[in-house]
Amino acid sequence: MYNPGSGQRFVILSIFTAVVIIFLIRLFYIQVINESYSVSATNNVLRYITDYPARGMIYDRKGKIIAYNQAVYDLMVIPKQVKDLDTAEFCRLLDLSRDAFLDKMKKASTFSKMKASIFEKQISAETFASFQEKLYKFQGFFVQPRTLRKYPNNTAAHVLGYIGEVNDELIAKNPYYRQGDYIGISGIEQSYELELRGRRGVRIVMVDVFNREKGSYKNGAYDTIAIAGQNLVATLDAELQAYGEKLLQNKVGSLVAIEPQTGEILAMISSPGYDPNLLVGRVRSKNYAYLLRDPLKPLFNRAMQAYYPPGSTFKLTNALAALQEGLIHTGTTFPHSFVVGSKSVKCHPHPPIALEGAIQYSCNPYFCNTFRTFIDNRKYGSSEKGYRLWREYQMSFGIGKKIGVDMPHELKGLIPSVEFYDKYYGSGRWRASTIYSLGIGQGELGINPMQMANIICIIANKGFYYTPHVIKQIGGKANLTRNLAEKHYSMVDAKNFDIIQDGMQRVVEAGTARIARFDSVTICGKTGTAQNPHGKDHSLFVAFAPRENPKIAIAVMVENAGYGATWAAPIASLMMEKYFNDSIKRHELEERMFNGYLLPLENKNPEIPSGSIKDSSQVKPKARGNGTTALLENRRNKR
Amino acid sequence: MRKQKSIFENIDWLLVGLYIVFVLMGWLNIYAAVYNEEHRNIFDMSQNYGRQMLWIGTSLVIGLAILVIDGKFYAAFSYPTYLVVMLILLVVLVIARDVQGARSWIEIGNFKLQPSEFAKFATNMALAKYLSSLGIRMEDMKTKITAGLIILFPMTLVLLQNDTGSALVFISFIFVLYREGLSQNVLIFGFFAGVLFILALMVPNTILLGVIGGLGLLAYFLLRKTRKNLMAILAITALSAGVVFSVDYAFHKILQPHQRERIEVLLGKRSDPKGAGYNVNQSLIAIGSGGLSGKGFLQGTQTKYDFVPEQSTDFIFCTVGEEWGFIGTSVVILLFLALLYRIVFIAERQRSQYTRIYAYGVASIIFFHLMINVGMAIGLAPVIGIPLPFFSYGGSSLWGFTVLLFVLIKLDSYRMYILR
Repeated sequence: MYNPGSGQRFVILSIFTAVVIIFLIRLFYIQVINESYSVSATNNVLRYITDYPARGMIYDRKGKIIAYNQAVYDLMVIPKQVKDLDTAEFCRLLDLSRDAFLDKMKKASTFSKMKASIFEKQISAETFASFQEKLYKFQGFFVQPRTLRKYPNNTAAHVLGYIGEVNDELIAKNPYYRQGDYIGISGIEQSYELELRGRRGVRIVMVDVFNREKGSYKNGAYDTIAIAGQNLVATLDAELQAYGEKLLQNKVGSLVAIEPQTGEILAMISSPGYDPNLLVGRVRSKNYAYLLRDPLKPLFNRAMQAYYPPGSTFKLTNALAALQEGLIHTGTTFPHSFVVGSKSVKCHPHPPIALEGAIQYSCNPYFCNTFRTFIDNRKYGSSEKGYRLWREYQMSFGIGKKIGVDMPHELKGLIPSVEFYDKYYGSGRWRASTIYSLGIGQGELGINPMQMANIICIIANKGFYYTPHVIKQIGGKANLTRNLAEKHYSMVDAKNFDIIQDGMQRVVEAGTARIARFDSVTICGKTGTAQNPHGKDHSLFVAFAPRENPKIAIAVMVENAGYGATWAAPIASLMMEKYFNDSIKRHELEERMFNGYLLPLENKNPEIPSGSIKDSSQVKPKARGNGTTALLENRRNKR
Repeated sequence: MRKQKSIFENIDWLLVGLYIVFVLMGWLNIYAAVYNEEHRNIFDMSQNYGRQMLWIGTSLVIGLAILVIDGKFYAAFSYPTYLVVMLILLVVLVIARDVQGARSWIEIGNFKLQPSEFAKFATNMALAKYLSSLGIRMEDMKTKITAGLIILFPMTLVLLQNDTGSALVFISFIFVLYREGLSQNVLIFGFFAGVLFILALMVPNTILLGVIGGLGLLAYFLLRKTRKNLMAILAITALSAGVVFSVDYAFHKILQPHQRERIEVLLGKRSDPKGAGYNVNQSLIAIGSGGLSGKGFLQGTQTKYDFVPEQSTDFIFCTVGEEWGFIGTSVVILLFLALLYRIVFIAERQRSQYTRIYAYGVASIIFFHLMINVGMAIGLAPVIGIPLPFFSYGGSSLWGFTVLLFVLIKLDSYRMYILR
């Protein structure tokens, strides 16, 4: 027997052992020491699937739905799984051309052959219904439900706002949002975004190499459940809102109605408006660009952003400040003119009058005198100090500051500061006679209809207001996101309001706004005619009713429409009639308002000549059309 | 010579036990690798694990049959078996259809067989028979050439079937030749040729040739300048240079593109985790994510969800690594080492030279499979598709290894009685 002994056996076993030891070391390294493989394994197999919660719905104060979600369907495709497709039938069902089909397929394949991508966005429920029956034939295609906003009444676009996909800037700022998420961009959709959006959920699923779902990861231990957005109840009266929009059709203007005893906004209209459904879904960007180009600026919410001179309506707060300071009283009379240098402010003939009559007849000299009595009063030491106090009074009525409406993009308006006039005229070189037109609501004043309506609420409540708001309930509970139950007091005591209300009642019963009367409702109102350097004066009317237990305060502004009594007062009155009676008896008046066409004929947007104001560093001309600059220009022309 | 009292007399139960353990572990891991919710039943015949049960059952029958047959038969029929298998290999070459590039399957209805799995066994028998013949000495050139032909003939046929992996397995017989007296220089030269092959691919030829020449000169100055030394230095230098030159040719002309890619991936010359490197990358992820103790039975995700290709056959080791962790992989590898030690121990206790040579052949084949299969799964060997013995799914492979091992068990059971 030949046996070369144990040498070879030793060598062979050594080689076996060496290889096994090398393997063990290698295995120890990749399995125990190196962690990166575990991470790769997790990435391989886990997919994070977002569950989008339904956005909260919005109801009006009477429970009518004004915003809800409409189901649409994104058609998804996984190119690799598409097999034996009947292209002709597929295209017919989706109403696609063959080229469009090939184009979309190519796009999807370029993105990924294995992963799902959107083939067709937002298929309507109708198209989906017929498509769904055949879906089983189209391997590789599936449908992902999404929601689109729907505004069934086609009204209140400025109040509701709209939603759109988040942009990169927002994603960088707010870590909640991801690419493809929707966010409220204006109106309620924006200011109540947090409540409406709910919370996105994430499902972690395991997938195989073909991206097919294989079940939940660790039985869903790390999943978060999507929480649906909360439903909101708005303070709006959808019917009143729609009626107001109809009254303001073919007019440029704005209307705000508030319930004085709660601060609830019953209607907020900016005309021309637009159908909120225009800014939904696939057509949004196209329509948005179209609306943006419109010279009448339908996207611009005049109710909260326009700067209008308040005109005669401003006489009310002017008088209230003087009453509170004891500078005038019920029986105070003034000469029937107000003379400044070579100019004088005159009034149309009327009998000698005290405060009530001055309001009734909207007597300009009376309120210029009242203004001068206040500003130049010796008891304050100087006109500047007098003006500073007077301005404080005005601001306590919510003028020249944001009143905190629960909507985005509120502007504070303008009431010039002492420093502004010091800079404009020189310190100590101005007095009441220089700026007297403020006393009658002209000049460098900018007030938006929301603020006007709020002032009327203060008058109706005899001294205080609740912050005007559009949302009263969130998820079935009172809206506690803002301080809505707090009374904000003006600087004027309740007792001083009676005489003002008397005057306002006279305005409607026997003064400039007799047209506003209806039934036996006691209406307190005040007309205004705001001078406008670009054309016809703006027609203005503010009112509340009934005088005892006021239910509605309203401010109406119709641009370039002439006297307050011509358009604004009838519109406000019809709104009240609608709100109280739910029906209109004055059909003739209603028809006249519906049919009134007051749009500029050429539809041309008045451009503000730039550089017309040399010293405007204090004034930031923010508003469009009727901005501060225009007002200042107006003021100079009058000097 | 006397008859055995029982067919189970002198059976090496340790070997049988290891075999059973391997086969059952393999079966469970195949179940885990392709497990899915729709087919929970481990006996489901539509799935690989169900069919593997069938293979295991038939393998046990084959094993038993081998034990029943008189042990004299195997030595006696070594050459005929070899011839028959070679004939089948030739037939396969003519009639086989292409299956993933290889033409190595015989199909009879639904039944498919891979004859190359049996070629290893037959070659082992023929080699043992030849080397144990009277008057055969390893030192003789004739012996070397004949033994070489016995190995190279089936190797060439399998290579022609495009089954590179199975063909390479025949290289493992070099251990047998070495054990039977082949100079250790063959092993050493083989080792250095391997190192040179890798270096030639990694380092530019000019540099490599320079280094070889330099080393030759260094040896010339350091060693005593005897005629023998000079000849050796000259021969080794020339051979090394020859290897370097031939590598380029072999690599670019003989190897197929996918084989070149796999080698390049292994050597780190190519990083392509989605393409050529996909298998290895996913395999490493699967094994690496198992950690120390693994994710648990049926809890592996990488293999179950098809990230790892061929997860029940060539890459079955991934399932072991992912679900049982380092503990599992080391147990499996150490069990294999134990098997190899046991076989070598058995070989050395034989009085029959035939049985000893046969046993070394068995150890060499199993070792080679282990080295390449596990090495490829953990990124130490190029991706060569050969199964992990007893573990991987597949009837031919399991039958082949069962026959290989049980013939050894049968031969070993005669160790007390005869001298062949």
